[in-house]
Amino acid sequence: MSSRRIFARPARFAAIAPYVWMVLFFLVPFAFVLKISLSQTAIAQPPYEPVFDLTAGWEALKSAFAALSIDNFKLLGSDDIYVFAYVRSLTVAVTATALLLLIGYPIAYGMARLPKRWQAVAMVLVIVPFWTSFLIRIYAWINILQHDGLLNQILLALHLVSQPVVWLSTDGAMYIGIVYSYLPFMILPLYATLAKMEPALEEAASDLGAPPWQVFWLVTFPLSLPGVGAGVLLCFIPIVGEFVIPDLLAGSNSLMIGQTLWLEFFTNKDWPVASAAAIVLLVVLLLPLLLYERLQKRQLEQGR
Amino acid sequence: MRKVSRLSRFNVASLALGLAFLYLPILILVIYSFNASRLVTVWGGWSLRWYREFFNDRAMIEAAWMSLRVAVASATIATLLGTLAAVALSRGERFRGRTLFSGMLYAPLVMPEVITGLSLLLLFVALNAERGFWTVTIAHTTLTMCFVAVVVQSRLGSLDRSLEEAAMDLGCNPVRAFVSVTLPLIAPAIVAGWMLAFTLSLDDLVIASFTTGPGSATLPIRIYSEVRLGVKPEINAICTLVIGLIAVVIVIASLASKLSSSQGESAAPL
Repeated sequence: MSSRRIFARPARFAAIAPYVWMVLFFLVPFAFVLKISLSQTAIAQPPYEPVFDLTAGWEALKSAFAALSIDNFKLLGSDDIYVFAYVRSLTVAVTATALLLLIGYPIAYGMARLPKRWQAVAMVLVIVPFWTSFLIRIYAWINILQHDGLLNQILLALHLVSQPVVWLSTDGAMYIGIVYSYLPFMILPLYATLAKMEPALEEAASDLGAPPWQVFWLVTFPLSLPGVGAGVLLCFIPIVGEFVIPDLLAGSNSLMIGQTLWLEFFTNKDWPVASAAAIVLLVVLLLPLLLYERLQKRQLEQGR
Repeated sequence: MRKVSRLSRFNVASLALGLAFLYLPILILVIYSFNASRLVTVWGGWSLRWYREFFNDRAMIEAAWMSLRVAVASATIATLLGTLAAVALSRGERFRGRTLFSGMLYAPLVMPEVITGLSLLLLFVALNAERGFWTVTIAHTTLTMCFVAVVVQSRLGSLDRSLEEAAMDLGCNPVRAFVSVTLPLIAPAIVAGWMLAFTLSLDDLVIASFTTGPGSATLPIRIYSEVRLGVKPEINAICTLVIGLIAVVIVIASLASKLSSSQGESAAPL
């Protein structure tokens, strides 16, 4: 339609301001991360060398390039601390995402089965905690899980335990915190696909004699896979780089990569190594993203 | 045989348990903020003691003020930029660099905050920018405009385009058609986007820690450093105030969207 075309042109102009902003404050910063990851650590302000100085002209630029090194990346590969941190991050993220899927799916499924009017209410109820500060929600769990916290008091009062159990500073506490914080991110995409699903398909399967678990496993679940993919991705990637939750709830014996990066940056002031660690993390996270995109494309093609 | 699509007992139970899991911890925190006892876990009767303590804590008040200013400024810029981005993506058809553009807009949604914060800090250091209010505001704008863009874009996508086309057939130029037809229709989404940006900014700890300078800590930064030292009942009170503020924002925004949708209905017969 011709009026659509007319509209398209000014709409394209609308892109200019946000485009420039994102290039300046999202894309360009990565160039700096990359550059500093290739620099040497120095005891100075800023704590890295060589420092880019455009005013010094071409010669300075050339010598700066000559001084670049991949030592930081070599260090990451040879130092157990980093290797363990990456492995731990991925393990935690896989476990937590699986838990989220297990817990989030029945909730999303229940939401999708509600009468239409109640679905909107349920959705608001799921979103509201997401609006409520992330840090506050972690803090709420510290109140509950600490040594003389509510959980221990209840357990003691019910005589289920004879002395306080250590909940805080354990991996269990960390998983509770992660599941609690990311649950809305898992529920919403799942709910979106489940609510759109044609109920006639499930009815047909059950009319043809499938018991409920078969209806679910052979019809509902496969059809909800796009939502599962989106939810898993939406949770998995940020969890890998998680810093606050493991820092406040988990013990300090084994760190995730987000914490290691933070420590390297703020405590050790080793910016080049922190930058290199960030680049590696970014590359690790790109893999699931690309995989997801490819799966989605294939699904679209199959749909046609 | 309509057994499957009906709400089963299992559905109800999982919903109830899920919601209880989401709400109980927050509820407990709010109740304990009115606890008179110094020990967080021993109930000593109702009291506003910790709220008084907070209002006498200069550093906390300053941090709260800083957070509010950053949240208002960054949410406003982010809503402006995010709405423009959404319009470009949903109405601009194809344009050069569109893939990169949408990629940049979606990436911060999933990117670990540690990486976003680190990269922005390195940029600010390289530019020799003084870190404080503006650097945090810029960082928050970058993050939250992506959320605004997603919210507004989904609303634009569900909009009946024939309304815009009708306006243009009646002689409006595209900009005029957008301002007088499309904009009022997507206003609820824009309000929702602003709210989301506001609360995300108010909430952010990691990016703010990287991009702020000495002496300009935001509220989450202060809360975080207190929490690391151990649980203090004052924190319960601050958290409850923040939850209350966010609840007020949500109520105002939902009223606004209700108002605009009822206006739309009453305008329709005319």
